Amino acid sequence: MNVTINNLNVEAQPGQTILDVAKENDIHIPTLCHLNLHDTKVVNQVATCRVCMVEIEGRRNLMPACSTRVSDGMVIKTNTPRAVKSRRTIVELLLSNHPKDCLVCERNQNCELQALAAELGVRDVEYKGKRSRHDKDTSSYSLIRDPEKCVLCRRCETMCNKVQTVGVYSAVHRGFDTVMGTAFDEPILDTVCTFCGQCVSVCPTGALTQVDNTSEVWKAINDPDKFVIVQTAPAVRVALGEEFGVEAGTSVTGKMVAALKLMGFDKVCDTDFAADLTIMEEATEFIDRLKNGGKLPILTSCCPAWVKFIEHQFPDLLDIPSTCKSPHEMFGAIAKTYLAEKLDIDPKKIVVVSVMPCLAKKYEAIRPELSNKEIQNVDFVITTRELARMIREAGLTFNALDDDDFDDMLGESTGASVIFGTTGGVVEAAVRTAASWLEGKDIEKFDWTELRGLDGIRVATVPIAGVDVKIAIAHGLGNARKIFERIRAGEEFHIIEVMACPGGCIGGGGQPYYLEHDTSVLRKRAEALYAEDKEKAIRLSHKNPQIIKLYEEFLGDPGGHKAHALLHTKYVRRDN
Amino acid sequence: MRINTVEELDKLAKSLKEQKSAEIIIKTCAGTGCMSSDSAKILKNFEILLKHHGLDNKVSFQPTGCFGFCEQGPIVKVNDVFYVQVTPKDVNEIIQSHIIDGKPVERLLYRDKTTGEAVKSFDDIQFYKRQMRIALRNCGDINPESLEDYIARDGYKALAKSLAMSPQDVINEIKQSGLRGRGGAGFPTGVKWEIAANSAGKKKFVLCNADEGDPGAFMDRSILEGDPNSVIEAMAICAYSIGADEGVIYIRAEYPLAVHRLETAIKQATEAGLLGENIFGTNFSFKISLSLGAGAFVCGEETSLMNSVEGLRGEPRVKPPFPAENGLWQKPSNINNVETYANICPIILNGGAWFSKIGTEKSKGTKVFALAGKINNVGLVEVPMGTTLREVIFEIGEGIRNGKALKAVQTGGPSGGCIPAECLDMPIDYESLVSIGSMMGSGGMIVMDEDDCMVDVAKFYLDFTVDESCGKCTPCRIGNLRLKEILEKICAGNGEEKDLIKLKELGEIIKDTSLCGLGQTAPNPILSTMNYFMDEYEAHVKEKRCPAGKCKDLLQYKIDPTKCVGCTLCAKNCPTDAISGEVKVAHKIEQDKCIKCGTCIQKCRFEAISRG
Repeated sequence: MNVTINNLNVEAQPGQTILDVAKENDIHIPTLCHLNLHDTKVVNQVATCRVCMVEIEGRRNLMPACSTRVSDGMVIKTNTPRAVKSRRTIVELLLSNHPKDCLVCERNQNCELQALAAELGVRDVEYKGKRSRHDKDTSSYSLIRDPEKCVLCRRCETMCNKVQTVGVYSAVHRGFDTVMGTAFDEPILDTVCTFCGQCVSVCPTGALTQVDNTSEVWKAINDPDKFVIVQTAPAVRVALGEEFGVEAGTSVTGKMVAALKLMGFDKVCDTDFAADLTIMEEATEFIDRLKNGGKLPILTSCCPAWVKFIEHQFPDLLDIPSTCKSPHEMFGAIAKTYLAEKLDIDPKKIVVVSVMPCLAKKYEAIRPELSNKEIQNVDFVITTRELARMIREAGLTFNALDDDDFDDMLGESTGASVIFGTTGGVVEAAVRTAASWLEGKDIEKFDWTELRGLDGIRVATVPIAGVDVKIAIAHGLGNARKIFERIRAGEEFHIIEVMACPGGCIGGGGQPYYLEHDTSVLRKRAEALYAEDKEKAIRLSHKNPQIIKLYEEFLGDPGGHKAHALLHTKYVRRDN
Repeated sequence: MRINTVEELDKLAKSLKEQKSAEIIIKTCAGTGCMSSDSAKILKNFEILLKHHGLDNKVSFQPTGCFGFCEQGPIVKVNDVFYVQVTPKDVNEIIQSHIIDGKPVERLLYRDKTTGEAVKSFDDIQFYKRQMRIALRNCGDINPESLEDYIARDGYKALAKSLAMSPQDVINEIKQSGLRGRGGAGFPTGVKWEIAANSAGKKKFVLCNADEGDPGAFMDRSILEGDPNSVIEAMAICAYSIGADEGVIYIRAEYPLAVHRLETAIKQATEAGLLGENIFGTNFSFKISLSLGAGAFVCGEETSLMNSVEGLRGEPRVKPPFPAENGLWQKPSNINNVETYANICPIILNGGAWFSKIGTEKSKGTKVFALAGKINNVGLVEVPMGTTLREVIFEIGEGIRNGKALKAVQTGGPSGGCIPAECLDMPIDYESLVSIGSMMGSGGMIVMDEDDCMVDVAKFYLDFTVDESCGKCTPCRIGNLRLKEILEKICAGNGEEKDLIKLKELGEIIKDTSLCGLGQTAPNPILSTMNYFMDEYEAHVKEKRCPAGKCKDLLQYKIDPTKCVGCTLCAKNCPTDAISGEVKVAHKIEQDKCIKCGTCIQKCRFEAISRG
């Protein structure tokens, strides 16, 4: 069909919105509430903010470009004085009910409302009056809700209810008193929130932000009595650069390690090492369950958000997940035992800091099951965004740093561990090792492309040692729910990988905001991980020499007694 | 009683009609208004006393729905004689004098406002003379809890007739009638049905919007309380024409009597086989359930209503898709309001052509209005479209209370506007109301006199919409509050001239950008009062004066020393001791202490105190 947009005759497809057509033709229409991440099917098309209003010939009122579908012959004008003035007034109205603390706001210079006001040239707020007053919710270890900064775009609601199917947020009260809240105004800590942090990822303002742990980390670094070990997750290195203007999908591992050393961490290690360790344990557990008639499928257990999700929503399936701790927790357990012994340091003096793409890891770190002898495995978790801020605070010119390497001990890793950062990566790494062990020789197939991609649910059957192993991968908790329901209904699988965040850890709640509103950034981050995997000399977890040494010197056999005590955990029913 | 065929229905109707015509019938209004004035007790007394006099076999008495003349309730009608303001004590006299002695009770008859003479017959009362009751045809006439009463008045005959027609023919009949939605927007009903009929899908719904929310409007409640079957039958006809098998009536829980009568009617109709499987032995099956709303005004907006039925938050959905394609539970749905449905059966029975002869060129049929405010005859009236406001207010309504001057008429509820006295001779229809900045809305008509401040009136309505906004979209959520704040500023005497410009500009933008009808019309009360009564706004802003003497902050009470005799009565009654003075010496009011309660003016016997 043909439509006219700003006097330009263009072609359009049925079903497209005015905004889609405008974008295709390089016509910019400002938006605020709208969000459409095509690859991961995250769509917030609620038309609440009324910023994208445009004129359509023959229509009495302005129409929202984000949700109005084009029709043949439609004549659209996006930039008439009427449309522009309405848009600016809408933003002024939003600002008239918004705290004026931009300078000290977490989202300063990274706020969609601020950017919009600047873009529209709002220099004064003509309409003044009552402002909404709501208490901050600081109950959780992961995220902070500040409803006064909420513009009611409802992205968090869409994310939490429709995409993640967790259902913590909804609009409560009416009219001017409307606020995004929890049921019965419960503190978020007491809700079914999984702390996946996706609401924070999509929030356009400072209404949802992460809990900041940077000052505790600085304090530990500057405490001469503490030995501070930092570890970084695989997804961090392919996203951190974005915070410093580096193109998305650039791996900045070397510069990141250099920065961490300069910041004063006593040891800079790699969670990838622990990922290899996880594979040792998980593959062992899988083979054990497969051979000895144990419970199948086995579910990967690296993602703390989905662990909490299954504890709340599918408590009848708690015998399915692998009992393996997540990699950074395994790392902490090893650091405070094996490494403490090696370095002859009192474990109580060791502080383990995890740099994660994730907000749920902050909550995971305080779970009582994830400790040994009353010492938490991990002391502090900071996100990719927090690390970037610390690097700035330290006065480092990140892009000018020379590449450095992880410290030797607990720093060596394989290609298998690198891909933990993207959806499908954990299961691929597990399959590489499990297949090698089952077939009795190291496999030569490294790239299991049938397990890759961004489809929300992927199912593949791969023949391993005469067994057709049926694998399912889900990212996003809504997709996970579908898989769990299939399991409940009796469908048989061997291995399932679930990551709570769309795209896996690369799209985690603690990653740099990707405000372009598309998923090309996620794709680039994933590609960077697969590229790094390809470049690694060793691509099988069980071939990591430091891992082999660790078992020889300290742990004994994979799945053995000591390994169990240190590297495995248990789950809690949370359905009541 | 089960009615399996059309023949059975006809036979039953015929026998019921014959039965009824032989009796003396006493009808007592049992609508919510009269019930709150003790009409339940009146009914009870009739029951006891008729039995006492041994008349219970000769005389039948029955509760009915609302007569509409609420001003004069409770109303009792003995055959054609119309008694007003009846109390339970009067029942014995009615029986003794009227029933036994054959002499109507003179003192309980309605007295004509102009001649002062008692009017005996219903048809001679000014209030009813000009009315044409189609939607309200059975209200006040039948027992709403009796299916037989309804059938005796040709009930379910329209459904029987429809089932013998093709669905498209039914739709054509409605289209030909020119009936438009009575909920406010005036969309052609037949066209709406046709779109739903043409929507693909096996499962479809018919919804009835009984979420009447405009302040002062109660026509839907009255229809449901007085003639619930008329809506049920019409919904069945609609279901047949669009291919639906399930209906939902969304009604506010604050209408317990209407809910009760609907439940009764649905039960009776189901037992009679007029709802349920294979109605009249055809393949057509239809059932109806009720969904109770919690009273949010926005749930009268069709997509919010559907959200509410589904258990979701009552807030509008983005349109398109429209309900006809994607409605309740994502299925094609037709939704009309109560009054619209109440017009359907007469159209089917008398033909679309008959209906289209009533009314104006573009607005056919009649419209029910709820007269309220400073009018003599408060109540519910149904008049042909095209009747002028003057006829409604001065002939049917018999003018303004206390002989005051009419200032404006507010129509269309919070979405409508204020029409000035100059426009009284305009014929009422959808288009004419919009052309003067108001709208039909559901038919609320609030009459204002010289004592009403139009800025204050606008503030009242804004107060309502600010309270009732669902909060989903920015302009309605924040913009309307800002409008209200500006009005408050003006009424408090702090208005600046630029505020008047802001009101207008922001009002237009809210109309232009809001998500649903609530926001898109919320500024109408301001814009229309600014249009017609700008002088009042300017007096508030420039002179800090409220010409109607309504805005407290702009008032000053003063004692005229030449008239004050120093009786001290005002000072003794002033709640804040703002008045002082010696006995027999003129008193004074300390403005700082005065709270403008008006007690002094009421107490002064010498007209020495003025307000202005």
